[in-house]
Amino acid sequence: MAKAPRKDKTGLLLDIQNLRIEATSYPPGEPPRNVVIVDDVSVKLERGKVLGLIGESGAGKSTIGLSSMCYGRGGVRITGGQVILNGRDLVKGGPRLLRQVRGKEVCYVAQSAAASFNPARKLMDQVIEAALLHRICSRAEAEKRAIGLFKKLGLPNPETFGQRFPHQVSGGQLQRAMTAMALCSEPDLIVFDEPTTALDVTTQIDVLASIKEAIHDTNVAALYITHDLAVVAQVADDIMVLRHGKLVEYGDTRQIIKEPRQQYTNQLVSVHHIPHEQKNPNDAPVLAVNNITAAYGGGLVKVLKNVTVDVHLGQTLAVVGESGSGKSTLARAITGLLPPMEGSITFNGRTLSPRLANRTRNDLRELQMIYQMADVAMNPRQTIGTIIGRPLEFYFGMRGRERDARVRELLDKIEMGTGFADRYPAELSGGQKQRVCIARALAAKPKLIICDEVTSALDPLVADGILKLLLDLQKDENVAYIFITHDLAVVKSIADAIAVMYRGEVVRYGPKTEVLKPPFDAYTDLLLSSVPEMELGWLEGAMKNRRMASAGN
Amino acid sequence: MSAPVLKLVAQRIAMGLLLLLAVSVLIFAGTQILPGDVAQSILGQSATPQALENLRRDMGLNDPAYIRYLRWLGGILTGDLGTALSSGQDIATSLKERLWNTLFLAFWAAVVSIPLAIMLGLLAVRYRNGFVDKLISGLGLASTSLPEFFTGYLLIYFVAVRLQWFPSVSTVYEGMPLGERLSAIALPVTVLTLVVLAHMMRMTRAAILNVMQSAYIETAELKGLSPLQIITRHAFPNAIAPIVNVVMLNLAFLVVGVVVVEVIFVYPGMGQYLVDHVAKRDVPVVQACGLVFAAVYISLNIIADIVAIVSNPRLRHPK
Repeated sequence: MAKAPRKDKTGLLLDIQNLRIEATSYPPGEPPRNVVIVDDVSVKLERGKVLGLIGESGAGKSTIGLSSMCYGRGGVRITGGQVILNGRDLVKGGPRLLRQVRGKEVCYVAQSAAASFNPARKLMDQVIEAALLHRICSRAEAEKRAIGLFKKLGLPNPETFGQRFPHQVSGGQLQRAMTAMALCSEPDLIVFDEPTTALDVTTQIDVLASIKEAIHDTNVAALYITHDLAVVAQVADDIMVLRHGKLVEYGDTRQIIKEPRQQYTNQLVSVHHIPHEQKNPNDAPVLAVNNITAAYGGGLVKVLKNVTVDVHLGQTLAVVGESGSGKSTLARAITGLLPPMEGSITFNGRTLSPRLANRTRNDLRELQMIYQMADVAMNPRQTIGTIIGRPLEFYFGMRGRERDARVRELLDKIEMGTGFADRYPAELSGGQKQRVCIARALAAKPKLIICDEVTSALDPLVADGILKLLLDLQKDENVAYIFITHDLAVVKSIADAIAVMYRGEVVRYGPKTEVLKPPFDAYTDLLLSSVPEMELGWLEGAMKNRRMASAGN
Repeated sequence: MSAPVLKLVAQRIAMGLLLLLAVSVLIFAGTQILPGDVAQSILGQSATPQALENLRRDMGLNDPAYIRYLRWLGGILTGDLGTALSSGQDIATSLKERLWNTLFLAFWAAVVSIPLAIMLGLLAVRYRNGFVDKLISGLGLASTSLPEFFTGYLLIYFVAVRLQWFPSVSTVYEGMPLGERLSAIALPVTVLTLVVLAHMMRMTRAAILNVMQSAYIETAELKGLSPLQIITRHAFPNAIAPIVNVVMLNLAFLVVGVVVVEVIFVYPGMGQYLVDHVAKRDVPVVQACGLVFAAVYISLNIIADIVAIVSNPRLRHPK
């Protein structure tokens, strides 16, 4: 029988020693293989401290975070080491001990709160469930506690918030409700697994601030998992840098972001500093969008209002704004997928037909798109050679050896070897997939490529590589980009002109230097000030100086 | 209940009524296409042409088909299903008793099989891919694959003849005490349960397993809930719609598909009634039975739809 946890204020809470985690992978057509996901990692966490786990995808951060609850997601097994929580080894503890610990001593906050709440049950029932299950307090007491937490976390109408169903509240609110759920049973440790990654930049800062405050007030210890060093720098006391399941560097937050000792940490710290000189608009724009208004539902829901922007040949227009601001709808209007109700689009000197179906093949060829999700934008049953070769056949009628030669050339351009031509998308990494999508767009020899959040799903270092590639290609091919993104760091690295969108309208538009020069309008200010900076104490300063609340609130 | 839900429910009911109307047209048209003449079958082979003609005129058989259809439909709407040709009895009266018997049998089969199927489904999920799961699935599939007349006769031989626990002939009559009545239908209920059990159990298992992939199941697991608590509290409420769908299909089968079982056990229900009158080419009775079966089938499916709508929190509690 397990000892009752000690409720001291100090002392060692979690002690993970020489953790080794493995999984079995089943590659198609090959015998099953054993994969080591985490290799010899040790983590020590004192009571009331926050440890940041940082690394790219596949670094094993989430796996380590979940190992503190002795939980293996998707058939992952802990095959070595110890996980000692409150003096007991969870690995040897068996399911009974685990059920006692989970939800009582350790709680978990997932990346996607929207998926992690049961859609069929009210928020209150779910928030207090663990506290009731572990008989920590009575229902009335738990509900009182939950309402207090809703209040503390800045949720609207805390008294009645719990009576709602998950689909009735926004993503940022759900993320805070999940934090309240974790705090409700007053655990010793909370594992935050990328709790703000899926949120808009303006919402992220609110959630981050309320999580930080809650951690501080309740004196709970936390493992904070993220790929964003600037975010973790705001909440963590110590930071652990992981790569390929191994420890790279461990130190206090100041040391990691100011004086990184390892080269990999240095790379993470200095990411997003691509020098890019702004090009000034040349005479005639390649694409002119004039006073476009577009709506869904037969004119009922106006999603674009009187939008006017220009894009010049060989230059990049960045379109920024939070989700729901109409960025992607603008792309749909330009490509003809959503014919605008009013306004016109001039492309390369000719007026484009509003409907996709009425456009010529040449119109289609000169205007290409790259998407956020590279893996769903490709047919998984076609080889890379077929995928890139398809536009060559379709637009230029290339066949056989001529086409293959051009595919090789394009693969070379995206810095991938010819050996990739015979591979399938599933065999490539996320960054490689996005490169193939770029090559496919380039194959059509377009004048303009619309890039819709092309780096959002990628790790920072990989995203950096993609941005550099796009800039190089722009130089070589003189192609224009419309770069849709919510990430202002990306904008600074790549844009020549910027359009800031808010609720379907362009609120600020001009050359990059002008748009990024104060004085700002309230919304641009909110956007700019919400981007986490790798500075200690940035969060507090940013929250204090805000002039308007974000839309997610 | 909120407005969108009421609207959806009203739509489903309207669709069901429309469907029933279409079915009535089909049934009527189908019996018109069949060879044979009602007047001929009433009067027999030896009837004179004059007598046939008179009877046809009296029964309105010379009227155009659509008028006869409307007359038939009007009769149904006022509760008059016509008279049986073979016996001259009022169809509605004899049907009512038979329908009640069939519903009684179906009800008890449902009372046994639905909770049993859902419980077995939950258990199969709890011990998925283990011995218990495989045993439940194996036995369920075996009992479904055996035709009901086979299981029926097996039960009659072993339970009724050898063990003499229950009667082999399910005779029921008006005013029979409930205990005796239940004992009389024990064997047909068992057969029906065995037939529908596996389908519902497998679908319950599949629907819940599907939900078990969701992120909120992981959340529940990380709260420290036990596997059975996770299944009943978090997975089951989200699997209600597909489960109710298959339960209703099986309920419909229990009412509509009992023909063979009723014949085996000589149970005086709708199925027996239908089979008897098909043999006698009694068209009005067959029409009436067809319509009643269609109505039962459609209304059970409407209920499934409505439960699916009402169990969906997005529809019940709009933003």
